[in-house]
Amino acid sequence: MDSIPELHGIASLTPASRESLIRKAYEVKRQYFGDTISLYAPIYLANFCENACRYCGFHTAATIRRKSLNEEEIVNECQALFDAGLQSVLLLTGESRQQSSPQYIRHAVKIAGRFFPQIALEVYPLTVEEYADMRQAGIDGVTIYQETYDQKRYAELHLSGPKRDYAYRLKTPERVALAGIRQISLGVLLGLADWRDDLPLLFAHLRYLEKKYPGVEYSLSFPRLRQITADDTQYFSISDDELLAVIATARILFPRIGINISTREAAAFRDKAIFAGATRISAGSSTVVGGYANGKSDEGQFAVSDTRPAQTIKTMLKQKAMDPVITDWR
Amino acid sequence: MENRINDEFIIGGRSFHSRFLLGTGKFGNKQVMREAIIASQTEIVTVALRRIDTQKNPENIVSFIPDGVVLMVNTSGAHNAKEAIRIAKIAREAGYGDWVKIEVINDAKYLLPDNEETLKATEALANDGFIVLPYFHPDLYFARSLVAAGAAAIMPLGSLIGSNQGLKMEMIITVIVEEITEVPIIVDAGIGSATDAARAMEIGADAVLANTAVAIAENPVMMARSLALAVSAGRMGFLAKGGRTSMMRAQASSPLDGLLNG
Repeated sequence: MDSIPELHGIASLTPASRESLIRKAYEVKRQYFGDTISLYAPIYLANFCENACRYCGFHTAATIRRKSLNEEEIVNECQALFDAGLQSVLLLTGESRQQSSPQYIRHAVKIAGRFFPQIALEVYPLTVEEYADMRQAGIDGVTIYQETYDQKRYAELHLSGPKRDYAYRLKTPERVALAGIRQISLGVLLGLADWRDDLPLLFAHLRYLEKKYPGVEYSLSFPRLRQITADDTQYFSISDDELLAVIATARILFPRIGINISTREAAAFRDKAIFAGATRISAGSSTVVGGYANGKSDEGQFAVSDTRPAQTIKTMLKQKAMDPVITDWR
Repeated sequence: MENRINDEFIIGGRSFHSRFLLGTGKFGNKQVMREAIIASQTEIVTVALRRIDTQKNPENIVSFIPDGVVLMVNTSGAHNAKEAIRIAKIAREAGYGDWVKIEVINDAKYLLPDNEETLKATEALANDGFIVLPYFHPDLYFARSLVAAGAAAIMPLGSLIGSNQGLKMEMIITVIVEEITEVPIIVDAGIGSATDAARAMEIGADAVLANTAVAIAENPVMMARSLALAVSAGRMGFLAKGGRTSMMRAQASSPLDGLLNG
C-alpha cells in the first residue's frame, strides 16, 4: 500500500514547488479523465434537522424557515434543472428521519429518475437494507462526509442528535457498499479541525475502502468551512493555495478517483481547481429548498459563491478546451 | 503502399480497410474528436453508451461521428455480465446497432476487466445476434473460451487502460496471436505511441484500438494519423516477414506443413 504523505509541509511549499505539484496532478488527471469535466447540481428536498452541528445553517436550533418539498415541488425542481441542461443530480435533505423519512426520500428518487439518468443521495446515514432499497429505487451513489476524523473535535462540534455517533457515521460508506451501491463520495469539512491531520485520515479511510470494496467508484470532496473567525480555530483555515495543493496531492495519490468541487467555492478558485485535478463540478447550484423553481437564494445550507448558471460554466469549460460531460452514469 | 485488396480485415462478416480503431472518450472538444476520426481513416469507433445523451441534443457525441463509420457501443460502467447485457440491449433498442465492445470492470483502482463476467456477457450477447468484441485480460485458455462463446473478435489489453504504458502483455499476446486464428485479435488499452501500435501489429495482432494517446495529445488529429500510419506500417512489416517478428510465428513455416495439411 502506498504511504499517505505528511501534509504539514504543504503550508510551507514554495510557489515553484506548489506549481510543479499542481502541474503533475493535472497531467495525471488528463491521463485518466482526459480533457473532460462532469457537471452536476444539488436538489435540496428538505432542511429539517435533528442535529446540532455548530457549523451548519440547518442546525436544529437555527431559526430558518423549515420546509420539505411536496411531490409537485420536487417535479418543479427537477424540471428547472433539466431545462438548465443538467442530467446528474445530488438529492439532499437535512438529517431528520422523522421529517424526511426513507419512504419520502425513496419517492423523491423515483421522481428524479423520470428526469435524470444519474442520481446520488446526501442524506442521514441509512441501514444496509435502506440503502439497498434506495438502489432499487434508482440511485447510483451516496455522499457521506465524516466532517472531521478528529474524534475530540467531532464531539465538540456535534452537540446533539444522531450525528453525535462518530462510529456509526464512520461505518456508513461500508453499509453503502454492502448494499451494492457503486459510487461513494467522501469528504471532511475543512476548517473544523486541523486539516493537516484530518486529510491523511480521510486518505487512509479511502485506501481502506478501496481495498475492501474494489468495485466501488470513489470520489472525494474538499468543502471549506467559510468565515473562520475565532482565534482558536484560525489555524484550521486553509488558503486557496493550500487547498489547490491538497487537491493535487489527492489526485496523485488516487489517480482514478473523482474529485468534486462544489459551488461553495468562488468562480476564480473553481476555475483553478479544474487544473489541479478536479473532475466534477456543480453548476448553477442552489442550496435552498425549492431554490431552482422559486429563484430564492437566502436560507441555504451554505452560501453559494459561484453563481454562474450552468450554461455559463459549460461555455467557460469549452473556452478552456475542456468538454463538459453532462451524461455519464458514474 | 499496402496492397489493401489482399489484406482485408474482416469482423462479423464485414470487411474493413483500416486496422485502426479509435475510442471517443477524454477528448476536450468533440469537433477535434471528429477530425481525429477522419484523419485516422478509422472505420470503427467505440462510444460508451453512458456518454451518449439520450436526449439527442446537438451536443450529443454521436452526432460528431462521421457517416459510414461503424459505431461500436461499449459497456463501460458495467460491473457484471448482467449490466453489460442490459447496456448492449438498450443501445440496440436506441438504434445504435448490434456491434458491442464488452467492457466489464469491477475494480475501480486499476480498471482491470473481469474475465469471468466478460465471458458470460459475450456468450449471452453472441447468442442474441450481437457482434461481440470482448475486452479482456490476456490469457490463452480464456481467449479460447471467448471464441467458443461466439466472440467476433477478441481484444486483449496491452497494459492498464489509459496508462499509455504500451505492450506490457506482449509475451502472452504473442501466444494468443499464434494460437487463436479463428477470429481477429485487436490489441486494446495501453497503446500510447506509434511505436506501441506498430509493435502490436508486428507481433501479428490484426488491429489496434487506441483512445487516451490520441485524446490527450497536444495535437489529437496528428496523433490519430500517427497511430493509423504506425498500424499500417506494422502490418506491412508483419506481412513482409521482415526482421524479427514473433518468435513463434517465425517457426511456423516448417517443411512438414505441406505434408500435414495436404
